Order: sequence, then C-alpha cells, then structure tokens
Amino acid sequence: MLDVHDVTVAYHRKPVIWNIDLTLEEPRLVGIVGPNGAGKSTLLKAILGLVPLASGTVTFYGRPLSEQRKLIGYVPQRESVDWDFPVSVLDAVLMGTYGRLGWFRRPGANERAWARECLDRVGLADLERRQIGQLSGGQQQRVFLARALAQRAEIYFMDEPMAGVDAATESIIFDLLRSLRNEGKAVFVVHHDLRTVPRYFDHVVLMNMRLIASGPTGEVFTADRLQTTYGGRLAILEAAGEAVRSRSTGHDQL
Amino acid sequence: MISYNTLIVLIGTSLLGASSGLIGAYAVLRQRSLTGDALAHAALPGLCIAFLIVGQRSLPAMLFGAFLSGIAGIGVISGLRHWTRIKEDAAIGIVLSVFFGAGVVLSRLIQNRSDVGSKAGLESYILGKTAGMIAQDVYFIGGLSLGCLVIILLLYKEFQLVAFDPAFARVQGWPAFLIDLLMMTLIAVAVVIGLPAVGVVLMAALLIIPGAAARFWTERLGRMLLLSAAFGLSIGILGTFLSARYSMMPAGPLIVVVGTVFFLVSLLFAPRRGMIARSMQERRFRRQLGVRRLLQVFYEFIEPTLPDSTVVAYEDLFSRTFRTERELNSLLKALEADCLIEETERRRYRLTAEGLRRAAVEVRDQRLWDLLLREHPEHAVEIAHFDTDHFSKSLPASIVNQLENELKERGIYPQVLLGGRGED
Repeated sequence: MLDVHDVTVAYHRKPVIWNIDLTLEEPRLVGIVGPNGAGKSTLLKAILGLVPLASGTVTFYGRPLSEQRKLIGYVPQRESVDWDFPVSVLDAVLMGTYGRLGWFRRPGANERAWARECLDRVGLADLERRQIGQLSGGQQQRVFLARALAQRAEIYFMDEPMAGVDAATESIIFDLLRSLRNEGKAVFVVHHDLRTVPRYFDHVVLMNMRLIASGPTGEVFTADRLQTTYGGRLAILEAAGEAVRSRSTGHDQL
Repeated sequence: MISYNTLIVLIGTSLLGASSGLIGAYAVLRQRSLTGDALAHAALPGLCIAFLIVGQRSLPAMLFGAFLSGIAGIGVISGLRHWTRIKEDAAIGIVLSVFFGAGVVLSRLIQNRSDVGSKAGLESYILGKTAGMIAQDVYFIGGLSLGCLVIILLLYKEFQLVAFDPAFARVQGWPAFLIDLLMMTLIAVAVVIGLPAVGVVLMAALLIIPGAAARFWTERLGRMLLLSAAFGLSIGILGTFLSARYSMMPAGPLIVVVGTVFFLVSLLFAPRRGMIARSMQERRFRRQLGVRRLLQVFYEFIEPTLPDSTVVAYEDLFSRTFRTERELNSLLKALEADCLIEETERRRYRLTAEGLRRAAVEVRDQRLWDLLLREHPEHAVEIAHFDTDHFSKSLPASIVNQLENELKERGIYPQVLLGGRGED
C-alpha cells in the first residue's frame, strides 16, 4: 500500500530524518513512536508532500503521491489551525469532500449527508451547527477526524490525534481507528504515549531521526529496541511508568 | 439633488467599498491586515514613477505602477523575513516607511516641476479625493472591483479551505500556494483601486475595518463576507457623500471616521461577541456561581443539624461567604425571589424544600468534582470547558456512578438526596 524509500528531510541543510525505508503491504493500525524531536511529524509531512524531500521516493500502490491524492486522509495537529475561524462544525467536515469535488463546484446535498454520517461516527452529530471554537479540545480533535473520514480515503495519516484529549475521546478515537482497519484501510498514527502502544497498534514504527525498526508490534515493541530508540531517556520514562502503573489500575476499571 | 458627477462617484466608491470589504475580510482572517497597510504605503512611489513615464495623468497607468510597487513592497517584506533575521513586524515597518517616504519625495519633485506639476494632482493620492473622479476613472475602478467580486464568488470554497488550513488543502492536492498568491493579488488590487478615493495613508482602514466589524456579528464565513461587503459599501458611500458635502475635506479621513462608527457599534453592541453582551454574560455567570456557592455554604452550615433545623443566621452566612454585605444581600434576594429560601424572622433564613434539594445537589456536585480532580484528573480536561454546565451532565454515567458510590462509602454524600426525595 505504501512504500517509503530512502527518505531524507533537511531543514536549512540540517537533516531532520535520515534514510527512512518503510513499507506496508496490508491494512494495519500503525503507531509511529519515538522521543520528542525524533522527526515523527516530519516523516508524516514528508510522506504527504508537505515538506520537500532532500532525497528518496514515496509511492502509494506503486504510484507517486500526485496521482493518488484521493486515497489519502489527513488529520493534522490540532494546534495547526485558528479555531476562531468562522465556520461551523459541519462546514469544517465538509472540507474533507473538497478534494473530490474539484474546482468551483460547491458541496451539495450528497456531500452534506455524507459529512453528517462522518460526524455521527465520531459522536458529534448533535453539534454540527456549533462554531468550531466553541468545542472542547477532544471534540475539536474529533472534528478533524470526521473531516478525514469525509475524504473517503484508503490510507490515513494522523499527527498526534490523542494529544491533550480526555480519556473518553481517546477511546472513541481508537474504536474508530480499529474499525477503519477492519474495513481494509491503513492508518498511520504519530503517538507519544508508550503505555498504550501495545494495546492500540498492530504495527509499530520506532524512529529517532533514523528508522530503528518497523514491524508487527509483538516483534518490534521490545525492551531493547525501545532502549535503542530512547537511549538514556527511557530510564526516566520507566520510572514514571512504574509510578503511573501502580495507581492506574483503578482508572482501567472505569 | 445629486448631480450626475456625484452619482458617478458614489457608484464608484460603493463598488470600491464592497470589494475592499469582501477581500479585506479574507485579509483579516488570514492575519494579513498589516501586510495590506504596507502594501498601500508601498504603492505611492510606483504611482509617481508611472506618472513620470507616461507623462500625463492616466489612472490605469498610475494604478498599474502602484500595483507593481505595492507587490515589490510585499516581496521585500517576505525577502527580509526569509533571508535575514529580521522579524515580520520589523520588516513591515521598514517597508511601509521607506517606500512611503520615497513616494512622498518623488511626488514633491514632480509637483515642483513647472511643466507637469499642476496636472499631476499627486497630493490627493496621499489622503484621497473623490471629487475629482471622472466617469472613465469610475468605469475602470468599478470594472476591477467587479472582477474581484466574481473571482471571490467563484473561488469561495477554495479560499475558505486555504485560509483555514493550507496544509490540509495541499494534502488534497490543491495548489495552496497559488490560491494564496491569488488571494494576496486580490488584496493588492483592492488596495490599489482604493487609492484615488481613500489615499495611501488610510486605505488599510477601508480594507480591514469592514471585515473586523463583520466578525462581531456572525460565526459563519459566508455571512461574514456578505456583511463585510455591505459594511464596506455603506462606509464608502457615506464617506464620499460627506466629503462631497464638505468639499474642503479629503475623502480618506471621512471614510475612516464613518468606518470607525461602524466598528465601534459592532464592538459594543453585537450580540454574543460584542463587549456589552460579553460583560453581561460574564455578570450572569458570576452571579450564577455566587448563588450556587451560597447554596453550598447554606447546606454545609445546616448539615450537622439536619433534618431538624434548616435555619441560618445572616451573620453566619456573612462570615463564611467572604463577600461584601451588598453582594450577599443581593444574592439572598435572588434566592428569595426563586423561592429557595425564606426569611423566617429578621436576618434569619430558612431553606425551603426546593431550596434544600437544590443546595444538596450543589454540595453533591462540588464533592464529586473535588473527588474527580483528586482521583481521576485525566477526565478533568473535558469538563473544565463546560463552566456553566452541571457536573453530572458532562461525564459518562458510569464514572458519575462510581464517584457517587465513593462519596456514599465515605459518608459525605448529601443525606437529603438519599432519603428518597429524588434527584435532579
């Protein structure tokens, strides 16, 4: 489905990610994991053509991005837009249909119905008339998700969709991702919470500027590979993890 | 009555106002307001140079010169930002003043030349002058304005998408950079055709004020654009009319004065986003909070003696609420008006049955909230947003149930709500 070959990205001639090779053959829920500054978002943007490649190629089903845009869904980081922008929740989701509409055509009744369906899937059906700034952080994240659904994509790319959302939204999001995978779609998710990785993803990409490993979660998400990815930082993370685990048992029962 | 000349000028300025209002709304949303101002100032030298080249007063040629030097100004701003360490605001400041200064010097040089000076009328481009417009000028300005309007109507969806989320637009395959460039070009056109009427110094006002004012009245882009165009149109017409009436006054400042009135009215009186509406919401919210807090204090004071006595003395309430007497009196009046308390004798108050139930609910919510913050802070994110909502409506029922059971186990669940009196 996706073939990333030897991709390097540089900002001001300073490489941020090096020689990344990545292939995905079948629908998977893929977690992209690594420390802060590892270039996870940059990798996503490189695949999507949002940052220029210093070298390498990206192909979708064997063809370049420019021919396959309709197959791609995108959920950017929530902070990347101005939420005071004067559009309603439904308007924002409708933007997902613009790619297929093409120049000059306005969204009509079909697009509206479809956008409502997408809103319903993320549990926001009754908020469609709200201005987007009047939503909570978790709801805004779900609007972005619904907009990506409205793209009718085959491969989804999501940049930290779980950042700063409440536990309820997080579980709604992951139920949705799982059902997308079951419908035969691939989903790439930049993820920062190591604790939930094994529970959520069936495929993991570990990276720290270069690719550490990519494969099924069971094979790749191992202690020594994490050690390679995080280096000395993992010790601190482990300590914090212990502390959290000792009291999060109550939370899991909720 | 209105003369033919005035009518021509009015039509010109109304089209001009409408298109700057419409395009300016995008400038405001795209946070390009200052760029528009720099563009207007940077247009002056081009205007003068075009006059020197053509050798006579020709509006299309001069405006084309203005357009080119305005664009050059924008180019210098983005060049300074990209290739040096100068920040955008400094770059805008530099370009704005340097280009404008050069423009003023050029216009003086031309003015002082005995052969062409009198024909140029370049001074009027600094503060604007509508009276001198002739029909041909108006056709030219009107034609360009109409062109801008048509493009904005056609590309409504594309402009909306790129203004809101350019990265998402690019992923969908839209040439976001080109669309953005077109938007910037339209802004430049709107600025340039406004120059003869409004002048370089104040043109930014006609670009920005209608959009900024329109944003107060609506939460929808389409309506904001319509309103902004309507504001721009009215500001243009009224300003021109006043300028024609008091012919010694340049049009630019009068147009800005009219615009200021529109803006101030929006700022103050717009429903929801206006300042008055906001401060009323704020007051209502604080008062609601005060009432709820007072009910809690009431309940906690009588809790040990329930169900026998529900009477509290004024002094006890006063010592626990940390409010001035005036505030407390007004809150008590509000509670009395809602039949939640009654004054049994002088300065002694009793909760009514309904008041007791409401107070118990408030106390329960407060305790649930405390418990949630202490035990499950990860859920707090979602609730903090719904400041006026009742606690139990903003969380999944399973969590509320669990928290309630915890309160009951600790024996701090309000007793009144346990006695089969029913919940809210």
